[in-house]
Amino acid sequence: MISYMKPSSGAHVGAKASVSHIMWQVMLAITPATAFGLLCFGWPALNLFIITVLSAVFFEVLCIRLRGKIAKPVIMDGSAALTGWLLAMTLPPWAPWWLGVAGSGLAIILGKQVYGGLGQNLFNPAMLARVALLISFPIEMTTWANVSPLFFSHSPGLAESWRITFSGLDNLDASTGATTLGFIKTEFSQNRLLPDILKDYSGFLDFMGGTRGSLGETSTLLLGLGGVWLIRQNIIQWQIPVSLLLTVALLAAAFHVMDTRHYVSPLLHLNSGALMCVAFFIATDYVTSPNTPAGQLVFGAGCGLLIFVIRTWGAYPEGAGFAVLLMNAATPLIDHYIRPRIYGRDRKGKPLEIPKS
Amino acid sequence: MLSFFSKPSIRGGVYAEEHKAATAAQAIVNSFPLPKKLYIPLQQHVGKPAEPVIKVGEKVLKGQLLAYSQGMISAPVHAPSSGIILDVNDYPAPHPSALPIRTIVLETDGKDEWMAIQAIDDPFQLTPEDISLRVGAAGIVGLGGATFPTAVKLNMGRENHIDTLIINGAECEPYLSCDDRLMQERAGQIIDGVRLMLHGMETENAVVAIEDNKPQAYLAMQAAAKPYPLIKVMQIPTRYPMGWDRQLIRYVTGKEVPVGCRSSEIGVTIHNVGTAHAVHNAIRHGQPLLSRVITVAGGAVKRPVNVEVPFGTLISELFDFCEVNSEATARIIMGGPMMGDSLPNTSLPTVKATSGILALTQSELKNTDEQPCIRCASCVSVCPAGLRPLDMANNIRINQLDTAVDLGLKDCISCGCCSYICPSNIPLVQYFKYASGEVMARQQAQHKSEQTKRLMDARNARMERIAQQQREDELARIAAKAERERLKAEQSALV
Repeated sequence: MISYMKPSSGAHVGAKASVSHIMWQVMLAITPATAFGLLCFGWPALNLFIITVLSAVFFEVLCIRLRGKIAKPVIMDGSAALTGWLLAMTLPPWAPWWLGVAGSGLAIILGKQVYGGLGQNLFNPAMLARVALLISFPIEMTTWANVSPLFFSHSPGLAESWRITFSGLDNLDASTGATTLGFIKTEFSQNRLLPDILKDYSGFLDFMGGTRGSLGETSTLLLGLGGVWLIRQNIIQWQIPVSLLLTVALLAAAFHVMDTRHYVSPLLHLNSGALMCVAFFIATDYVTSPNTPAGQLVFGAGCGLLIFVIRTWGAYPEGAGFAVLLMNAATPLIDHYIRPRIYGRDRKGKPLEIPKS
Repeated sequence: MLSFFSKPSIRGGVYAEEHKAATAAQAIVNSFPLPKKLYIPLQQHVGKPAEPVIKVGEKVLKGQLLAYSQGMISAPVHAPSSGIILDVNDYPAPHPSALPIRTIVLETDGKDEWMAIQAIDDPFQLTPEDISLRVGAAGIVGLGGATFPTAVKLNMGRENHIDTLIINGAECEPYLSCDDRLMQERAGQIIDGVRLMLHGMETENAVVAIEDNKPQAYLAMQAAAKPYPLIKVMQIPTRYPMGWDRQLIRYVTGKEVPVGCRSSEIGVTIHNVGTAHAVHNAIRHGQPLLSRVITVAGGAVKRPVNVEVPFGTLISELFDFCEVNSEATARIIMGGPMMGDSLPNTSLPTVKATSGILALTQSELKNTDEQPCIRCASCVSVCPAGLRPLDMANNIRINQLDTAVDLGLKDCISCGCCSYICPSNIPLVQYFKYASGEVMARQQAQHKSEQTKRLMDARNARMERIAQQQREDELARIAAKAERERLKAEQSALV
């Protein structure tokens, strides 16, 4: 008689998905946009990217060691590397090394491990770190490098890039400038109007990603493609990206139609700043978003509304980070009120009435 | 009917790898060698265990009643073959615990000699009540796995004036193909069973629902149902758990069964195809339920088959017949891999509920390396009951069982979709089964302590009453004594 002693309940078989598989799929989806960003901003961006990802993994190992656990299996799930990667995508491409390290530290330690690690955090770690950095180091976080692709003669070489990353830029004005949204905000304060401000603006270039901006956030096209692929892979659901983008687009369209001189067009909104990256890869973070489709629609719409409000009337040119954090805080509330209806019960949880016929 | 126009919705569910091909293409094997000994548990159904009517040492014939049904919800047990009763005692049950239950051990004599059977010419002349009676006497229970006594269900159907009888041919569990083969090979008998059930419930309409991964069974059943326009055969999407009765009822009729109600209360009753086949045998041929078709499959099975075996056959004999590699077997499962129970060993008998016995290898099993929940909510989207397994599990983990109950723990059907899909390999169903058991135990404990408290209070009140009575008696006695003495004093004064 053979004994199979460990009793277990169903399901005895399972789907082939795993946490690390999900993380790798997300990394694959953001690879094109990141690669394009690295290409556009050259060696300093690559330095920053590597530093940020490695330090995120380092801080994760540190925290897990402090908790007296073995770090290797936790690192292998890829979540720390992904957090570092997403954070790097949202940083100015020529930011100094310590910004990446500090950001990773904030994201992993304050954003994730103090809550108890993977799956326990209330706020998206990458956005938490980005917002904390933006408030603490406003100059460094808004110094946007000009597009200077790899291997171009006027782009910084390898040696130059080390200097940029580790001792900072000398001649700021020559190699940096403002993002589209930032430029519009400053010019508004000079009492100029949109048709005048956007004389040189190229929507196509903005869509492709050849503009100043964060390391991996410039290319609407590649981020969108990666996001759609992720939806098709069934890793993320369509609800959050669609409701977020639609809310921003509809609000922008409504205001733009009312006053074209003061409110930018929905296309410019969609192509600018962190919107695409946030819609597909940040707001869809499982841990910090609601877990029902209806709740996700509300969450996405809330993010979109806040982004539009902050961009249009706020002090900051871009509000995606703030919007996501605020909606993260509202997630438990959304999950409390928006629940699926249980079979055989009404929305309030009472058994259904027997139909009289 | 509005629901006819709107597309019926299927909620949640998973598409699990089927693994049915190995057994679905072969005919049902009828040549299983009769075992030397049969271990027949007295409880193979929902309700009270049957009560034995035979004595140890008695000779019985095939089909003879061994134990009669006891109480409202129960079912009798019959001799699957002829032979001698060796023992009536406690033997391990086919259950994960393998705890002993009362079992009849029958030593077969190899003759397989039937008892005398009276055949019926036209069963449709029987009254509906008589049909129920005969179905009950034949020991028929729901063969889809629920093992609810069929006669009780027929009676409820008649009392509630059912308008639709649904025949469940979904067989949504992976690996299993016994219903598929039964429909392919014995469609006529199943349809006849359906007609008898309709007669027994005084209902006219029946719908046979078959998942669309069984096209041959569908064609066979459609052909068999052709002469009877009120029996409709339909294909339903292949999606686990399509065979969950309430999911199927909603898909087929558009009606939702309220929590706490039986489906018959909304005019629908659901039976399995295997049950319909058993009803045919019982009414047409007077044969009680003695055997069933069982799927033996899994990676460790060299000869996966559908085989008809008498109840009480030990799994070890079944495995020998199917050449199961015991070294490669990592887990033995009774039923399907989604909802089935893992069994601790092979010395357990097959029963009426045994739709399949699987011998799975390690590579087929779900990875049990548990990781933290990442709140991906795939468990929420696959839950057919509309629950949020992740929240329930989180509350159970910190022992907040009341919150888990509020979240719908009692509406969980243990279908296993959440465990199946979880990327962190969290054994969610295990949590829910534990919590349900624990909640029940706590309620019982609370009930008991309340009962004890009530008895204590009653006792205290009684003691108090007695003491009060005694005090009053004492006072009365003192008063009487004083009175007597006063009278005495008066008398002596008079004297």
